[in-house]
Amino acid sequence: MNTLHNRGDFNVIASWIKPGERVLDLGCGDGGLLRRLIDQRGARGYGIELENEAMLAAIGNGINVIQTDLEQGLAGLGDATFDHVVLSRTLQAVIHTEKVLTEMLRVGREAVVSFPNFAYWKNRIAVMGGRMPVSEDLPYEWFNTPNLRFFTIVDFESLCQHMNIAIRERQVLDEAGVLVGEEANFLGSLAVYRIGRD
Amino acid sequence: MRGEGCALVGAGDTPLNGGVGAVASQRVQFNTPLDLQSGAILPAYELAIETYGTLSAAKSNAILVCHALSGHEHVAGFRADNPDDIGWWDNIVGPGRPLDTDKYFVVGLNNLGGCHGSSGPSSINAASGKPWGADFPIVTVSDWVAAQARLADTFGIDAWAAVIGGSLGAMQALQWTLNFPQRVRSALVIAAAPKLSAENIAFNDVARQAILTDPDFHGGHYYQHGVVPLRGLRLARMLGHITYLSDDQMAEKFGRRTRAGAGSYGFDVEFEVESYLRHQGDKFAGVFDANTYLRMTKALDYFDPAAEFNDDLAAALACATAQFLIVSFTTDWRFTPSRSREMVNALVKNGQPVTYAEIDCAHGHDSFLMPDPQYHAVITAFLKRVGT
Repeated sequence: MNTLHNRGDFNVIASWIKPGERVLDLGCGDGGLLRRLIDQRGARGYGIELENEAMLAAIGNGINVIQTDLEQGLAGLGDATFDHVVLSRTLQAVIHTEKVLTEMLRVGREAVVSFPNFAYWKNRIAVMGGRMPVSEDLPYEWFNTPNLRFFTIVDFESLCQHMNIAIRERQVLDEAGVLVGEEANFLGSLAVYRIGRD
Repeated sequence: MRGEGCALVGAGDTPLNGGVGAVASQRVQFNTPLDLQSGAILPAYELAIETYGTLSAAKSNAILVCHALSGHEHVAGFRADNPDDIGWWDNIVGPGRPLDTDKYFVVGLNNLGGCHGSSGPSSINAASGKPWGADFPIVTVSDWVAAQARLADTFGIDAWAAVIGGSLGAMQALQWTLNFPQRVRSALVIAAAPKLSAENIAFNDVARQAILTDPDFHGGHYYQHGVVPLRGLRLARMLGHITYLSDDQMAEKFGRRTRAGAGSYGFDVEFEVESYLRHQGDKFAGVFDANTYLRMTKALDYFDPAAEFNDDLAAALACATAQFLIVSFTTDWRFTPSRSREMVNALVKNGQPVTYAEIDCAHGHDSFLMPDPQYHAVITAFLKRVGT
């Protein structure tokens, strides 16, 4: 959920949104990302948010927010209604992963997805040490995490190949939000993808 | 869990503290004939209205409250001569309430065809000197909006900051954005549908049949016979009332509880729910006009802005420039959340500004009248964006 401020993936996402684009942000939280895309990129956007508090905050931020479950709420929206459909740090908390990705690429020309990389080296060390990882990008304990799925950059790219999803662009960040070059699956804490259909 | 979002309290339980206080309704006379959608012409008419708050110098802070099937101009406060007569949506109007009368000038009216002071079947037809009765024309949502626009003119209001309504009232708010796009900055469309389903129309027709087949109906001219089709109107209301509640709410409120001494193997009141419905029917039939009831349900049935756009709702809504707030309630089975989503999806398709809230409230269709905290907070936050 987009409740953290100054999130590194927002910078990457904003750089991928061209001025005037139509954007749908799934799990938009208080609308922070959309506000930024509207103010800085001239985007026209809608957010989808289920939680009451976040929904009120998004209205307060001037966001067109639609209160629905993102796993069902896209069904009534037409094909290619949006230039980009964004799912920021939420894919790991989704039940029907493939269905959501398919729906995102139906209502959007492209999708932008960010998620915590479970194979980040600090996470690996935590598991090697016998504990589930807790980090900047995985901030929950095992007993209170909303995350349902733990996967890696390699896992996600394998799924994309399986689903015939084209990876258009990828940016990987470390825990401090600094771009990572080589060894992304080891050095990257958060991955951001721009994906589409060929 | 569904249906547990708001406490089970009745609209009448709303504390009066902080409301708009004592109010009096006014009559506004219109002498320019009104061309109705049916082709009929209403030569002159009166509208009963109430207002709360102060119209700003720029006349930019006005909110129109449209009523549903059985509503009227007495939206908020209490009548000076009858402190128990509290407005039907008092919990939303007043200082510090969602329709904040410290900021907004709020207008309530009784629609044409009504029975609370506006011209309708029970008022006198100047041409005959008798009550209109069955001769009062059938009026539609668009006709109401046309009359409301003339009311706005009398105040010098070029554009409403907001038009708000629930159910049939919401349909007027939506129609405003289509008939007068430049005259409405925002529309709050609550517990509504873009048109009635066959099931909705079916319920309405059973209600109408109850009235039309009452021996005291006399083809709608019962006023002249000194009778009122009480039985029909009572049945119509009982039926309607069931559709306003939710199954969960009825289970909680009545369950299968019986009245003391019941169990007579007869047809007297036994179950509490029977007692409640009969009371509601009696209460309503005593104060409402059957001809008005017929017309209100017809206005519902006819409402279908997409009809002239080959049932393409997005095409029908494309001309609107208002900001929309669409609200539905999880337990409303008369107009389910999916009916609201039809409007949301059409507006999103067009890229029009819309916010949609789905409120978890146990009161079925009547939830729109309840002071649910999230529901009221959504309206407050939305209106803050709309401004004065």
